[in-house]
Amino acid sequence: MSATTQMGTQMSVIAVAIAVVRRDLLLALRRKSEVLTTLFFFVIVVSLFPLGIGPEMSLLRKIAPGVLWVAALLATMLSLNRLFGADYADGTLEQMTLSPVPLGLLVSAKILAHWLVAGLPLVLLAPVLGLQFDLDPRSLGVLMVSLLLGTPLLSLVGAIGAALTLGVRGGGVLVSLLTLPLYIPALIFGAGAVEADISGLGAGGHLSLLAALLALAVFFAPWATTAALRIALE
Amino acid sequence: MSNRLINWFRFSSPQTFYPLAGKMLPWFIVLAIAFGIAGLWVSFFVAPVDAQQGQGYRIIFVHVPASWMSMFLYVVMAAWAGFGLAFNTRLSSMMASAIAPTGALMAFLSLWSGALWGKPMWGTWWVWDARLTSELILLFLYLGFIALQAAIDDPRRADKAGAILALVGVVNVPIIYFSVKWWNTLHQGASVSLTKSPSMAQAMLWGMLLMALALWMYSIAAALARVRAIMLERERHAGWVEELPEMRA
Repeated sequence: MSATTQMGTQMSVIAVAIAVVRRDLLLALRRKSEVLTTLFFFVIVVSLFPLGIGPEMSLLRKIAPGVLWVAALLATMLSLNRLFGADYADGTLEQMTLSPVPLGLLVSAKILAHWLVAGLPLVLLAPVLGLQFDLDPRSLGVLMVSLLLGTPLLSLVGAIGAALTLGVRGGGVLVSLLTLPLYIPALIFGAGAVEADISGLGAGGHLSLLAALLALAVFFAPWATTAALRIALE
Repeated sequence: MSNRLINWFRFSSPQTFYPLAGKMLPWFIVLAIAFGIAGLWVSFFVAPVDAQQGQGYRIIFVHVPASWMSMFLYVVMAAWAGFGLAFNTRLSSMMASAIAPTGALMAFLSLWSGALWGKPMWGTWWVWDARLTSELILLFLYLGFIALQAAIDDPRRADKAGAILALVGVVNVPIIYFSVKWWNTLHQGASVSLTKSPSMAQAMLWGMLLMALALWMYSIAAALARVRAIMLERERHAGWVEELPEMRA
C-alpha cells in the first residue's frame, strides 16, 4: 500500500469517527426532551435529599458529594439504553459492524457522543446544585473536576452493560443490576475526592486514582463493548 | 500412536461428560457429608472455647469457609466462562452457569453468618467494613450474572454475554476490593478487625479446614448435579439423550 492511500484511510477513519459523533449529537438535539428528562432527573433527585433529610446546612454540606455523585450515577444509568437502543432497533448497528472501519472505533465515538450529551451537562450543572448544599467554591471546583474525570468513566463502563442487555427482556432494569456494582469504585473515589478536600486532606490522591481508572476504561471498555455488541447482533 | 496419548478433550462434550458426571456425583456427595461430619465434630466438640468470644466464635467454622468458597467460585466461574468464550465449547459455558447459583449461595451464607456473628461480638448486625462491603458487592455481581443469563432466551447468546460480564467482573473485583478498603480507612468506620485475631488453636484451624473441604466438595457436587440438568435441558433434542438408559426406561 502506498503512503498516500495509507494516509487516506487513516484520515477516513478519523473522519468516520467524527461523523459518528456528529450524527449522535444531531440525533440527540432532534430529541431534546429525552436528554433534558435525564438532566431534570438529576436535578430532582439531588433536590429531594434536603427535603427528606431536613434543611440543616452542616448535615447537607457533609452529604453533598455523595448525593451529587449517586444522582450522577443514576442519571447516567437512565440514559444508557439510549446509547445503542435506537441504532439496534433500526439496524444501523448491524451496518456499523459490516463497515470496514473497526467497530471499536465507532463504539468509542458513540460513547464519546453519549458522554457529551449525558455526562458533560451533569458536570456543568453540579456546581449550581452544590450551592444548594452550601459547598464552598473550592469544593465546588473539586466536585467539577471529579465529575469531569468520573462521568466519562461511567459512560464507558455503562456501555458494556448497555451492549450486554441489548434487545434483552427487561433490559432497562437489568442494566442497573449489571452496571451499578461496577460503578462503585468511581463513586468512592469521586465522592471521596470532594470529602477529602473538605476535610483538608487534599483531593489529589483520589483524583489521580479516578484518572487511572478512566485511562484503564478508555483502553478496555470499548473492546469489551464491541465484543458484547457482536454477541448481541449474532 | 494416537491410542497411547490421552485424549484430553474426550470429556469436553456433553455426551461423554453426562455419564461421567453421574458417576462422580455420589462420590462428591459422600465426601461432602464425611468432611462435614468430621468438620462439625471437630468444631463443636474438639475445638476449645475461645478466650474472648466464648462459644459464639464457633460460627467461624461456617463463615470463613463460605467466604473462601464465594470468592474462589467466582474465579472458577469466570475461568469456565472465559474458556467457553475463547474456545466456543458448550460444556465450559454450562459449567459457568452451573456454578453461579452455588457461588451466590456461598456469598449469601457468608453475609448471613457474618451478621449472626457480628451481633453478639460487635453488637451490630452490619458494619461498613471493607470485607463485608466487598462481599456484598460480590453477591451483586453473582446476581447480575444469573439475571443476565436468565433474561436471554437463546442459550448460546446467554453464555457469551454472561462470559463477558463474568470477565469484566473478575477484572473489577480487585479494583472494587481496594477502593472499598481505602474508602473504609478514610472513613475510620469500623474499629473491629478480623485480621488481628490471636494465633488460632490447632483444633480450630483443623475444624475450619475440614469445613472448607466439606463446602468445597458440596460445591462440586452441586455444580455437577446442576450441570447434568442443564445438559439434559439444552441437549434434549440430541440423539444421545434419547439413548440414555434412564430415558429408555
